[in-house]
Amino acid sequence: MLPSPIAMHIPDGFLSVQVSILFWMISILAVGYALKRVGADLGERQVPMMGVLAAAIFAGQMLNFAVAGGTSGHLIGAALATILLGPWAAMVILTCVISIQALIFQDGGLLVLGANIFNMAIVGVAVSYMVFRTIQKLAGGRSWGIYAGGFAAAWSSVEVAALGTSLELAISGTSPANIAIPAMGGIHALIGIGEGLITVGALAFLHASRRDLLKASQPGSKHGSSVWVAGLLLALLMAIASPLASKHPDGLMWVATQYGFMHNEQSPIIKLIPHYLFPGVENKTLATILAAILGILIVFGAAFGVAYARRRKSTTENVQ
Amino acid sequence: MHVHFLDSYRPRASLIHRIDPRIKLVLTVAFILTSTLLPGGAWPIYFLFFALLLSVEIISELGVTFVLKRSSLALPFVLTALPLILTIPGKTLFNLSVGPWIIHASVPGLIRFVSIAIKSWLSVQAAIVLAASTSFPDLLLAIRALHVPQLLVSIFGLMWRYLFVLVDEAARLMRARASRSGLSDLPGARPGGSIPWRARVTGGMAGSLFLRAFERSDRIYMAMVSRGYDGEVRTLPLPAVQPTQWVVLIASLSLLGTFLGIAYLMWG
Repeated sequence: MLPSPIAMHIPDGFLSVQVSILFWMISILAVGYALKRVGADLGERQVPMMGVLAAAIFAGQMLNFAVAGGTSGHLIGAALATILLGPWAAMVILTCVISIQALIFQDGGLLVLGANIFNMAIVGVAVSYMVFRTIQKLAGGRSWGIYAGGFAAAWSSVEVAALGTSLELAISGTSPANIAIPAMGGIHALIGIGEGLITVGALAFLHASRRDLLKASQPGSKHGSSVWVAGLLLALLMAIASPLASKHPDGLMWVATQYGFMHNEQSPIIKLIPHYLFPGVENKTLATILAAILGILIVFGAAFGVAYARRRKSTTENVQ
Repeated sequence: MHVHFLDSYRPRASLIHRIDPRIKLVLTVAFILTSTLLPGGAWPIYFLFFALLLSVEIISELGVTFVLKRSSLALPFVLTALPLILTIPGKTLFNLSVGPWIIHASVPGLIRFVSIAIKSWLSVQAAIVLAASTSFPDLLLAIRALHVPQLLVSIFGLMWRYLFVLVDEAARLMRARASRSGLSDLPGARPGGSIPWRARVTGGMAGSLFLRAFERSDRIYMAMVSRGYDGEVRTLPLPAVQPTQWVVLIASLSLLGTFLGIAYLMWG
């Protein structure tokens, strides 16, 4: 039995060469920077700690629980690693896990490895970090923030990675946006619940046994806000691009051919044929976009408000 | 139980096993790159590529059935390309009415779908041959030669060394759960507890796996320090690539290039 939780690892042949190279470049930059940051934090502990914890995440992906009808919930671990170790270490660890899966177990391709690293190790980590920190700020250090934040972070890490995967497939012209995005998004919205529940279980266990490990990811943001902002931007991008692309696959194709992402073979202009429509999709997409933007703005505003209020309070205390 | 079967390396004394790992990695990626670049519907070229792979699989003594069996792993992903049959316009293959929808399948869509599936299948086979004919230390040497940061290469190495230990640990956790929570293989017998309860138990296992790994990494670090580790990763210089290996590289690359050229001339 090989640990192959979900069809989120893109195999070779599914992304055009241009898309693969673009995501390789982004991933190399991000992971290179993450390595530097982790090195500054951990020093010579970096190699043993990152290596063993990457092995633990790999092994942890074997853990599953029966849901119903032969299906099972799995752990992917992006959110758990982010919460426990911070975003930079989590990026390094997940990059190792995904690379080994591709190189040794053919779980995901080699040419498309850059894109797989981007989806799971960069977008997944940045977004789950943003979600977790935000909810935790809202909770103001109370323990429900850890659980609610953990669940939401885990769910969103799975969901954004799936949306990223389907967008990349659509840009490459290997999967039609109007079908792939709702399908991938829908399936992974369910899978994300399993991931969220396991993550909450793990956080509860660690909260009871080693509270100090969870403390490390709490206040005193030593990771800076750049990841938080990147996570917010990526979440916004997914929230806007996915419904738009699934509604106007032609538009996405146009962009893809304009920027030379698509293979110019047989000029595959993907079009919605008139009879093939998801009933009621028109209002729904608009509603989804608006709801997503509104939700993100509310969370954003509330987090800032809470943080601002707390800072003012603590400075006045200091003055007294 | 020890999970050494996880290791996909199959030691043999074949010609393929003896190719320099750096050359092998470059050739594998070049093969995947060319097959991704192949135009759709170039069936004879796909067949040539498949023949090339088959001969490599036979020379490597890995067994064609072994490679083919493993390559089925990546098959489920093909589902994501299946809707292409319905969305690419063109000559009608068939029309089907299901409830409110009329499903229109087109010939160009089918060609594109089958092309993607074949190209992906060829790529997976190449990656399988690489992993099965190259030992992990050799693969590490190859990625080091590609200028992957030394730090990342050392993390890979350490991860591989402890992968089996931690997979064993995870297997022990699962066995412990199976023997306590009534996870039964008997038909009709339900595993214990509600779904959230099961998820929480699994979460507890994940947490304890993480904790054990965390503490183990501390012990490993101490052991490394007491043996003189100072954060610097020291490695032997890479051995020079043999002249015959360069010949293999250039010959294979020009063969792939020729195939690609023919494919573009005739089907591009």
